[in-house]
Amino acid sequence: MGSGPRIAIVGAGPAGAFAAVCLWELRREAQVDLFERLPTPWGLLRGGVAPDHQEIKRLDDTFDRETLARGCRLFGNVEVGVDVSHEELMRHYTAVIYATGAQTDKSLGIPGEELPGSWAATEFVAWYNGHPDYRGLDFDLSPRRAVVIGNGNVAADVTRMLVRSLAELERTDVADHALEALRQSRIEEVVVLGRRGPAQMAFTSSELRELGELDGVELRVDPQEVELDPLSRSWLEERGTFTARKNVQLVREFAARPERTDARRRIVLRFLRSPVEIRGGGRVEAVDVGRNEIVQAGDGSLRPRPVNGDVETIECGLVLRSVGYRAVPLPGVPFDERSFVLPNDRGRVLGADGEPLPGVYAVGWIKRGPTGILGTNKRDADETVRCLVEDLAADRVPVPPDPDPEKIVALLAERNPDVVTVEGWRAIDADERQRGSREQRPRVKLSSRDELLAAAKPAAERPTGP
Amino acid sequence: MTYVIAGSCIKDDSCIEVCPVDCIHPKPGDPDFETAEQLYIDPEICIDCDACVEACPVDAIFPEAFTPEKFAYALDLNAEFFAQRSIEERTAA
Repeated sequence: MGSGPRIAIVGAGPAGAFAAVCLWELRREAQVDLFERLPTPWGLLRGGVAPDHQEIKRLDDTFDRETLARGCRLFGNVEVGVDVSHEELMRHYTAVIYATGAQTDKSLGIPGEELPGSWAATEFVAWYNGHPDYRGLDFDLSPRRAVVIGNGNVAADVTRMLVRSLAELERTDVADHALEALRQSRIEEVVVLGRRGPAQMAFTSSELRELGELDGVELRVDPQEVELDPLSRSWLEERGTFTARKNVQLVREFAARPERTDARRRIVLRFLRSPVEIRGGGRVEAVDVGRNEIVQAGDGSLRPRPVNGDVETIECGLVLRSVGYRAVPLPGVPFDERSFVLPNDRGRVLGADGEPLPGVYAVGWIKRGPTGILGTNKRDADETVRCLVEDLAADRVPVPPDPDPEKIVALLAERNPDVVTVEGWRAIDADERQRGSREQRPRVKLSSRDELLAAAKPAAERPTGP
Repeated sequence: MTYVIAGSCIKDDSCIEVCPVDCIHPKPGDPDFETAEQLYIDPEICIDCDACVEACPVDAIFPEAFTPEKFAYALDLNAEFFAQRSIEERTAA
């Protein structure tokens, strides 16, 4: 049994993984255990990043090398709050770092949002990425037109996935059930609605450029919608970011392109448009879309404001809304119901009295809200872990009553016979990669809990197949 | 020659930490760091040492001559990012 502080990280996504890496750098003797609700680690790297962005998924090698291969233990398929409580973790660990992310999506708050055919884009993402809780969703891709609401990276991802050719998708690790559904897809056009104008777009210029360069796909932008209003024009000239200027330049180029008749599918970017109602008799048939104008708010920021009475109807059979993620409360720890984060000061979770709860920390989206890109979590983790290391040095963290590292293993085994350890995950990973290599794909994902848990078992315990 | 960062950059700063001539920007703390969608290499300062390529966990950095077709735009983009900065900003360590 080692003598270093024992740290539980709840959530093995990018924020949790970066926190583990950071602990190794700042307190090498720390014993780190990663708790993960799914049988597989790396969170949105596996379940969020789009299958056609495989190069980004390569970060999993770094995570593995710098956490699991250095001795972090993994307790996968374990849900904190269900299989083990916060109080129990505090009995066995010097500190607990919550890295649970933002597990649900924001709604639009408009009529018809609940109609069949209207989905959160994150559900579509989890489905095509083989998240075991979403594989049963039944996306009807028989309509000719889909509407994507939002202008961020998730909106860009789902749009690409709807229009990519099968030849491209078949080389990725898209879940097999999604590949099958996309094979039958009759979607011809994806309309992407942005509530603000081209100067305020949330796409990165590289996401936007990619939408314009997809094989066999026409990108259409109405030249009139690319004209900037005076407020946006002067903002862009005076204070526009490098990305905003690139984006405006790109949409102008797109708008000037001649129409294509040879395209297989089409993306239509619409600006200054907000959905006001989703309509249909029993399922989605159309979206009513209102026009916005850009106005200056009291704080000087530029905001969209609806122009009364200017509503058009876009017929469609599929609506994917992508207007942001939202975190959910965790049992046993405080939650800020207004900002949807754990109340915290630089990662130290605060109690009702505003004072830090000794030994409880937060990192990633549950700490700062759902913003930033993958690498943002590295700096975020650095901030949290520095606070923890400082607290350890100052004896501000209580000694756990029962620090024996085997106790938690025994406790989990009592509660849950299917805990996935590092060895179990390695077996899943090897299985998926091996299936992938037979099909010239990076991996073929196992996407049901049963399949994943079976693959995680040592070969001797597995039922013998044909 | 120079090295080039493509749009698959995740901004984890690994390259900044290893660059011996500080030619990768913006850096954490810079006013435009948070809004930057990726990091960029200053082609005027880069010494082609390859350290950043080794450090990048998502293989988003390429020697100019070996930049894949789909990232061909990145060469101009990296240069353009620095064209808007002053010489002091570009050489400040």
